[in-house]
Amino acid sequence: MSDYIASIGLEVHVQLKTRTKMFCACPAHEEGEPNTAVCPGCIGLPGALPVINREAIRKTVKVGLMIGSRISLYSTFDRKNYFYADMAKNYQITQNDFPLCIGGGVTIQVDGQPKTIRVHHIHQEEDVAKSTHLDNSTEVDFNRCSMPLMELVTEPDMANADEVMAFLTTLKQMLIYADISDCNLELGHMRCDVNSSVRPAGATKLGVKTELKNMNTFKGIQRALHYELQRQIEVLRGGGTIAQETRRWDDVAGVTLPMRTKESAPDYRYFPEADLPPIVLDEATIAAWRAELPEMPAARRARFVQEYGLPEYDAGVLTADKAIADYFEAAAKQAANPKAVSNWVMGELLRALGEQGQDITAAKITPAALVALIGLVEAKTINMPAAKEVFQILFENGGDPAAIVQAKGLAQVSDTGAIEGFAAQAIAANEKVAAEYRAGKEPALMFLVGQVMKLSRGKANPQLAAEALRRQLKG
Amino acid sequence: MNTSLHELGLLATAAALAKKEVSAVELATALLDRAAQVEPKLNSLTWQERDVVLAAAREADTARAKGDTRPWLGVPLAVKDVLSVNGQPCTAGSKMLRNYVAPYDATVIARLRAAGCVFVARTNTDEFAMGGSTATSCFGPTRNPWSPARVPGGSSGGSAAAVAARLAPAALGTDTSGSIRQPAAFCGVTGFKPTYGRVSRQGCVANASSLDQIGPLARSVEDAAALYQAIAGVDPLDSTTSPRPVGGVLAAAQQARDLKGLKLGVPREYFIAELAPELAQLTRAAIDQCAALGAEIVEVSLPHVSASLPCYAVLGSAEASASLARYDGMRYGLRVDAPELMEMYDRTRAAGFGDEVKRRLLFGTLVLTSRYHADFYLRAQKVRTLIRQDFLQAFTACDALLGPVTLTPPPRLDAAPDSASARQWGDYCTAGVNLAGICALSVPCGFTADGLPAGLHVVGPAFQDELVLRIGAAYQHATDWHQRAPTGLE
Repeated sequence: MSDYIASIGLEVHVQLKTRTKMFCACPAHEEGEPNTAVCPGCIGLPGALPVINREAIRKTVKVGLMIGSRISLYSTFDRKNYFYADMAKNYQITQNDFPLCIGGGVTIQVDGQPKTIRVHHIHQEEDVAKSTHLDNSTEVDFNRCSMPLMELVTEPDMANADEVMAFLTTLKQMLIYADISDCNLELGHMRCDVNSSVRPAGATKLGVKTELKNMNTFKGIQRALHYELQRQIEVLRGGGTIAQETRRWDDVAGVTLPMRTKESAPDYRYFPEADLPPIVLDEATIAAWRAELPEMPAARRARFVQEYGLPEYDAGVLTADKAIADYFEAAAKQAANPKAVSNWVMGELLRALGEQGQDITAAKITPAALVALIGLVEAKTINMPAAKEVFQILFENGGDPAAIVQAKGLAQVSDTGAIEGFAAQAIAANEKVAAEYRAGKEPALMFLVGQVMKLSRGKANPQLAAEALRRQLKG
Repeated sequence: MNTSLHELGLLATAAALAKKEVSAVELATALLDRAAQVEPKLNSLTWQERDVVLAAAREADTARAKGDTRPWLGVPLAVKDVLSVNGQPCTAGSKMLRNYVAPYDATVIARLRAAGCVFVARTNTDEFAMGGSTATSCFGPTRNPWSPARVPGGSSGGSAAAVAARLAPAALGTDTSGSIRQPAAFCGVTGFKPTYGRVSRQGCVANASSLDQIGPLARSVEDAAALYQAIAGVDPLDSTTSPRPVGGVLAAAQQARDLKGLKLGVPREYFIAELAPELAQLTRAAIDQCAALGAEIVEVSLPHVSASLPCYAVLGSAEASASLARYDGMRYGLRVDAPELMEMYDRTRAAGFGDEVKRRLLFGTLVLTSRYHADFYLRAQKVRTLIRQDFLQAFTACDALLGPVTLTPPPRLDAAPDSASARQWGDYCTAGVNLAGICALSVPCGFTADGLPAGLHVVGPAFQDELVLRIGAAYQHATDWHQRAPTGLE
């Protein structure tokens, strides 16, 4: 592959998280029987008119602000004309001449170095209905028709599938962070058209591109790109030329197949949508929307390292999900030792959430309770096993850690007299192990500490137990 | 008074009902009986169900008996067959929608329903409101009540004929390039095309979205003003409606007695060789009448008026090619089955649309293709700007314009109303108003020697709807052309 270089650009369609559809008041959600969330507008009855969903506009503009686009103070909708069964009006309302956001870029990490993928523009449009192809028929569900979409179009700045994955992962994280979209790929919230071309290394002019339509899994995009780039290279190596065409990915066969050539591409006959006035924005509105933006993941990651002294790794894990990062930060602000908070969040909390398949909102343990719990451990009031037990109770039911420790009798035994007694008992019952320790086998001590813990029913302070054992074994 | 209940105009009907001089059922019965008498000759209605109409009228009477005092309770109205009335067919005069029943009310209908109106009939229209004769309807042509051998104009020809023939006190129509004003002039009734954005288009079968506007056809300017006031105003469901207050238009029209202090312009381009001499004469006489009422008459110019028809042909057809794309047999309306989707579309649309509609859809599709977009569509948009500027310029010299509505009296039905010449000249005086998005009124201003009605065109600047209606009302206060009724229809 090294004698060829690739240029890849994406058209990413993202379903925005809004209460209602793009141009009517129907609920914008996937649930429900087919063709129940519909109205005269989204099934194109005679006389029905579109009305712009302002929340969708706000969300798209916020994406533009996140990636540094120029926001259009004046933008318009157009009709894109073509006939298909999933189109209620046989034209799609979209933006052709004056899109909402122009330019901008998304920075990804390539081999530890930042690389900016330039964005050409972002425009607003409506989704089409969902077709399910059966053996001899096609079922069309208009529940999805007119769902709000933003389409983000990049420049051909990505050089390989890994960069495409990095771009999509970074974009997805930003979109979830700012509550733009749920980005649920299984539900089709993020769908891509992938434009790619290859050219001999050293050539400046881009090669002829092909477009892979409607890719809706990251894995599929990765596999399809590997195939498609290799296919193009082989065609060129064999002295052939690439046809400018639209192709589709056959996931089962693992190949891309031609759909239509440039010559047979439809003429969409774009023209202004007279049913909708231009979207006119003012600087004050844009400023207000900008103020609503959360700190972006990359910036937050850097700040966590600096402000809380976390390792890069911790900061990356914690900021991957905005809700987790918010939780960590709420706790870390109150804690003497933010690294301990990070350990608990990355360890116990993420484990417990993962086991239950839930997000952070399901956890009953408040950040304050977690900090209190860490305090009990650091004051040696409870030992680690007991702390984990308390955590589980807090996670499931909430409450005050100190009260739980009290009620469950989990406080460590730090009474030296009692521990000395348990140590003596442990040595007496395990003479052979004691002898091994005395003979210089240090690990034997851990077994004896375990026995002390057992005798104390888990409550002994393990450090004090080890000290008592050492003293007695020496003596 | 029951012998001539159908003679009552809109406000007179409302007043008679309010004073309980007549019941809604009596009124509806009179109109139904009248329709049974004259419809065989006219064919102005596409739907009228006696039981449905009487049930609605009974409901209004019951409500009134219980103390309901809504001003238009029980007032009957006819509705052009392009406006959605929940539960009634909405065919747009097309085979494509002959089996379609609207499941929702257009905004104008919802407002009138809330005011208590009873929707007694649907009126004939050129197919998808494309035409000037009401002869392209799948229900067959409507006849002119003044001369059944002649067309009533169109596309709101059914509404104009029904109001003229006293089948309803008033009716709603739509106007994309003259479709209210031209049939109003041909049928001797008053027709008003409001400023674009004044009346919600929600629920109106779209022809050309940037040009369509709903408006009233009535027996007087006062009635038209009353109906306009009831339907006008911002609608959250139509984003092109203006939030400007509508104002007391009816009161202003009712108080209009003279035209003192107004400067009225007469565009010289309307008086071309193609204008029938008799109509030129009648128009001049009406302008003199306006002068006699105190208006200062000035000559003005609309240099690009001759470009308005080709401009409309390009833009109207382009928009229609998208507006009508939804009629594909998939979800409602006519379907002609075929093994493949695209073939089903082809067969359905070939069978469902008539020739004039097909001609416009083909032309509209063509001018939007990337090959012709710049030469036709973009150029027409530029011409539209010139036409708009013409009017703006003219309105710097006067308050409103006066002129003829049509170049000829209503042509004979057998004179090929959709001929090339009709297309070339049909909306010569009216289409510019739609392209400019302004308002205009057609008021009866006399009759030809053959007894055919003529209309005076009053054109006003955007959102000067009240001014235009005031001018028309003052003119009607001084004349009685609008009170004449066609005879011999029974």
